[in-house]
Amino acid sequence: MPPVETPVEKWAGKIHEVNLGGDARRLVVGGETTLPFLHFEGAIPHPPAVAVEVQDRPPASWAPELRASWGEAMEDPASWAKKAVEYGADLIVLYLSSAHPDDQNTGPQEAKKTVTRVLSTVDAPLIILGPGIAEKDNEVLVAAAEAAAGRRVALGFCEQKNYRTIIAACMANNHVAVAKTPVEINLAKQLNILICDMGLAPDSILMDPTTGALGYGLEYTYSVMERLRLAGLQGDKMAAMPMFCTVGEEAWRQKEARATEGIPAAWGDIATRALRWEELTAMTLLLAGADVVVLRHPQVVQRIKATIQKLMTKE
Amino acid sequence: MALTGIEIYKHLPKTNCKECGQPTCLAFAMKLAQKGIELSKCPHVSPEAAAALEAAAKPPMRLVTIGVGDKKLEVGNETVLFRHEKTFLNPTGIMVRVADNQPAAEVESLVAEVASYSLERVGMELRPNGFAVDNRSHNPSSFAQCVATIRAKSQLPLVLISQDPSALETALEKVGQERPLIYAADSHNSEGVIKLAKKYQCPLAIRAEDGLGQLAELSDLAAKAGVEDIVLDPGTRGFASSLEALTQIRRLALKKNFRPLGYPVITFPGEGAATPEEEVLLAGEHVAKYANIIVLDHFSPGHAYPLLTLRQNIYTDPQKPIQVSPGMYTIGSPRDNSPLLITTNFSLTYFSVAGEVEASGFPSWLLIADTEGLSVLTSWAAGKFDAEKIAKTVKGFNAQDSVRHRKLIIPGAVAVLRGELEDELSGWEIMVGPREAVDIGGFLKRVWAN
Ligand code: SF4
Repeated sequence: MPPVETPVEKWAGKIHEVNLGGDARRLVVGGETTLPFLHFEGAIPHPPAVAVEVQDRPPASWAPELRASWGEAMEDPASWAKKAVEYGADLIVLYLSSAHPDDQNTGPQEAKKTVTRVLSTVDAPLIILGPGIAEKDNEVLVAAAEAAAGRRVALGFCEQKNYRTIIAACMANNHVAVAKTPVEINLAKQLNILICDMGLAPDSILMDPTTGALGYGLEYTYSVMERLRLAGLQGDKMAAMPMFCTVGEEAWRQKEARATEGIPAAWGDIATRALRWEELTAMTLLLAGADVVVLRHPQVVQRIKATIQKLMTKE
Repeated sequence: MALTGIEIYKHLPKTNCKECGQPTCLAFAMKLAQKGIELSKCPHVSPEAAAALEAAAKPPMRLVTIGVGDKKLEVGNETVLFRHEKTFLNPTGIMVRVADNQPAAEVESLVAEVASYSLERVGMELRPNGFAVDNRSHNPSSFAQCVATIRAKSQLPLVLISQDPSALETALEKVGQERPLIYAADSHNSEGVIKLAKKYQCPLAIRAEDGLGQLAELSDLAAKAGVEDIVLDPGTRGFASSLEALTQIRRLALKKNFRPLGYPVITFPGEGAATPEEEVLLAGEHVAKYANIIVLDHFSPGHAYPLLTLRQNIYTDPQKPIQVSPGMYTIGSPRDNSPLLITTNFSLTYFSVAGEVEASGFPSWLLIADTEGLSVLTSWAAGKFDAEKIAKTVKGFNAQDSVRHRKLIIPGAVAVLRGELEDELSGWEIMVGPREAVDIGGFLKRVWAN
């Protein structure tokens, strides 16, 4: 019998290394020269990072299970962020949700205040997201970018229809952009090209290919991410950005994580099912190449952190 | 892995005698590669060459069947490393471990729970596939007794787990006709266990403790002894080690056509996990990355449902998104003053919207546009859910005859289409619904309550 040769693929490319954070605490994501966790084949210099989603006002619509898990910390984004770091968050995703016109319609002043407070409370790097309405995003993210100068945060979402203002704010303050496209490999690459054409460096972009939760389009996200990662490793520099996935938000949006009444016994109890829903979504996307997973439930944060550690350790 | 014409040509006599009806050996080889002619048409091909060509034409990973009847489990025969390259074919079999030193009452209730577990999701049934009976007692008669207890409750396929050939045989005497998977031949017991697989004509798992080299040797040994249906356990148990081993096995089988590892793989996530929660995560890794059979140590609905959903997601054919037929659907018993909503025919979109409308308590009309199985945002981005398509759907399915009002609710994600739509559908008021299905209930309460 012939000896078994280790089947190693040769990759010409490397995922861009993106630096985040200030002097007190830096974080690097990306840098892989092989597929997720295949240590026998190439380098994985930085473990995927676990981010915790914090909102700038208590999210009334969150599932009771989730709200109970954070308790009073949710009343104040800075204490929420602090608690998230205690649970093991590598970074914080700060959603400026209150700026949405249907919410409190807060403006740049409030955004500046919130960002400053969170930054002075935790050293962990920050990703700041606007409310998802172009004009408001531009308004509050520009203010946030200035407030966070020197701390190299990430700002999002840059989308094909609205990226120029946010990219300009990134360039002016040495921040990172989060580029979001709807589950399609060419749209993702195209937006990266547009952003780089404006002058932002490829190592200052995280890309969000749009997350589908388990049972709700996960397989689309999974395959688009696998294709982007393969393209990046094959040398396509505009596909080689670290990937960012809003796992918690998508998983907890679904009926499986919320419904408590009138559901089949085969679904099991709500807490078990909801937590597994978030965890399995995260796990699957980590295997497709996620470099940052944004989570919501503290127990999920701990379990995914521990799992990443295991995936990074050769037994 | 199919051979190319050139590779086939190397095995032919190269005499161009034309007896096969082709002008040259090369032409014959090309035709054979495209399956346009049978190898037997060439009378001069040597037996060795014929054997080599036949072996090369076999699928790179064997299809293995466990169990009999309509609940049998078929695994293997995979042809790609990434689902987007084509599709994964035979969903991972999920088996639940039953230990033979558990009290019989416990075995019975576990078996009853697993056997009756079933739920429907996007029109498909999700259920576990069978049981793995583990000879923890090290006692052959307890093992056979446990098998009998399971069989009294369920006919699902079995894995028989024991290191002891005599224990395996007591169980095989009872269920050897039903093609259980024998687990496992290893470096200590291979002779006896391989014999059993031959005698009872059952699929055989082999387990290595010392790497893929040993696994290939054992598999080769079993194949040479005449066992055709083999399942591989590389012996790795952790998150990183099993990902590495399973990836290598899949690559060796598919890309190197390495026969000794061209078989389905079995894993035991419970043995690599510290808690039942972690077991689900490791099982999830194995569903995505290359396990064909998973044996679970714990079973509970709250864990099984997400895991079975993941299996469904990963094994969905990417070229054929699950679709529902376009048309006018009713939720509850709508009347001519009930809400009219439109969305796409991507099955998940349909099921989430229909579910939320149902839950809202408003009987409604739901129009489904043909977006070739794409979701709202994706189909909009691809130009398959634009104002024209929506207008065509409204007219094509005669929405004007279903409702007296002229109000159409469109998904919030395509709010930009509103103006254009009001031009396309004159006389209709276009209402922008929520971006997310979950908010439909609140939306209808707000805008439709009176
Ligand atoms: S019959 Fe065989 S040897 Fe003769 S031409 Fe055909 S392939 Fe070649």
